[in-house]
Amino acid sequence: MSDINTGMVEKYRNNFLKEVEANVEEGDWVKMCMQCGVCSGSCPMGPYWDHPPQELFMMIRAGKRDEVLTSTSMWMCTSCYNCIVRCPRELPITHIMHGLAHYATRLGIEPKGQPTRQFAQLFWDNLAKNGRVNELWLGVNLYFMNGLVEGIKVAMGMAGIGFGMLKAGRLSLKELVGGHTVKDKKGFKAMIKKAQELEAARIDNAQ
Amino acid sequence: MAKEYSFYPGCSSQEAASSSNYLKSVQSMCDVLDIKLNVIPDWNCCSASIGYCGGGELPRLALSARNIALSEQHNAGQDIVATCAACWLATKETQERLDHDAGLMAETNEALAEAGLKLKNETKIRHMVEVLIEDIGYEEMGKHVKKPLDGIKIAGYVGCQTNRPFGIEGESFENPKYLDKFIETMGAEPVEKYDKKVSCCGGALAFSEPEKSQALIKDIIEAAYDGGADMIVTPCPVCQMNVEVYQDKINAKYGTKFHIPVTYYSTLMSVAYGKNGKESGLNGQIIKAEKLEAIAGK
Ligand code: SF4
Ligand code: SF4
Ligand code: SF4
Ligand code: SF4
Repeated sequence: MSDINTGMVEKYRNNFLKEVEANVEEGDWVKMCMQCGVCSGSCPMGPYWDHPPQELFMMIRAGKRDEVLTSTSMWMCTSCYNCIVRCPRELPITHIMHGLAHYATRLGIEPKGQPTRQFAQLFWDNLAKNGRVNELWLGVNLYFMNGLVEGIKVAMGMAGIGFGMLKAGRLSLKELVGGHTVKDKKGFKAMIKKAQELEAARIDNAQ
Repeated sequence: MAKEYSFYPGCSSQEAASSSNYLKSVQSMCDVLDIKLNVIPDWNCCSASIGYCGGGELPRLALSARNIALSEQHNAGQDIVATCAACWLATKETQERLDHDAGLMAETNEALAEAGLKLKNETKIRHMVEVLIEDIGYEEMGKHVKKPLDGIKIAGYVGCQTNRPFGIEGESFENPKYLDKFIETMGAEPVEKYDKKVSCCGGALAFSEPEKSQALIKDIIEAAYDGGADMIVTPCPVCQMNVEVYQDKINAKYGTKFHIPVTYYSTLMSVAYGKNGKESGLNGQIIKAEKLEAIAGK
């Protein structure tokens, strides 16, 4: 277990709700949930979630810390916002899902092999490096994230799509070497670094 | 005099990126409507709805804040316009969150200072379809039609993020009508009661959960065929890509025979305004929009 995770367990003891309220994006909304189940019923990938949003909120209140934070559920959110516009209590459910996923990652206890977790991390790394997203690089990495053999299989399966996009001028091989970036990389990176430091300090203080 | 806007193209509309053809048709459309788009200098990616693994709340807010600040500095007084639903949403959400939270606003400005920028957060953030509806209007949009898209039946697929949580003023979440009105204004026929109009296609999860997403996409296409559609039209680059490029894979898995073109509203407008295939981005289609090509070639 990572140090920060142990520290948080000690600090909040049995009060996981309080931990979520203090550290998870939009987490202070969780207590407003009245367990009506509308969100879970609106979720397009709902059938694949171990714990749909309503259940996650109940588990947070019941202090099921490990089950919530190691769950693959919130990683299956497509950000369709069905839940948000239908929730009678106006909870920002989509953002809480993203917030829980990020908090689990910060603590180092997220489900590492979950495919969207891997994709989301690649996306962020690509963006943080160049300021803009390089779709080809993202695709290549994505296909190979499960290892070489699996990667070649996936890449072959997707090759038709890649080729079609290439032909239609919607994918650039140039991107692999140079590609899309912001000009002020130095300022961009310093900004991200500062934002990360400020956020980390806030969460450490809560610890 | 041309109407001027501060334009946020987003990653997917860059040259040789997945929706570069969208940008092409938007430029042609704007040219006819006398809309001038001033690109935000050195804009960065907004991280859409998928940056949350590596990016915490504040770093993600800083991304969109940087774009707004650059716009306020270089394109002062102009509304920001995005063509991508995800870009529009992320930027608008940032504006709202910072507006409601003085602490986050102060921290965001501290981060921006590292890049020599300052956010006032006073700029309106709009989607291109809002500009068309509110600043141009259906009547004016219709006046420029040179080649009505007669005899084409089109399913208007609005998708999620242009519709929720903000949506377009005066439209409902369940059945927004503006895309159908665009279709009609261009002389084509919209599919009535397209029941997957606002369904989710899986978004970014089309990459990471291909089978689950393709099941959603299958329903979206099937409903278009059920309504007698010749083609599908969307306002969002992610929707466009997801619904167009996986059709062969869906056919292989489900035994369907899908082969339906998916374009943007701006593609329709560009063709109806008399632009040629290239100017309308039709060469960017993986599934050729033959009926539009025939009209554009006339
Ligand atoms: S819809 Fe809102 S109130 Fe109902 S269960 Fe979901 S989060 Fe709770
Ligand atoms: S936004 Fe996420 S949690 Fe909400 S309904 Fe869509 S997929 Fe489910
Ligand atoms: S929508 Fe996606 S690709 Fe486009 S700018 Fe935002 S994050 Fe980058
Ligand atoms: S891409 Fe799909 S998930 Fe995203 S906005 Fe469009 S319809 Fe919704």
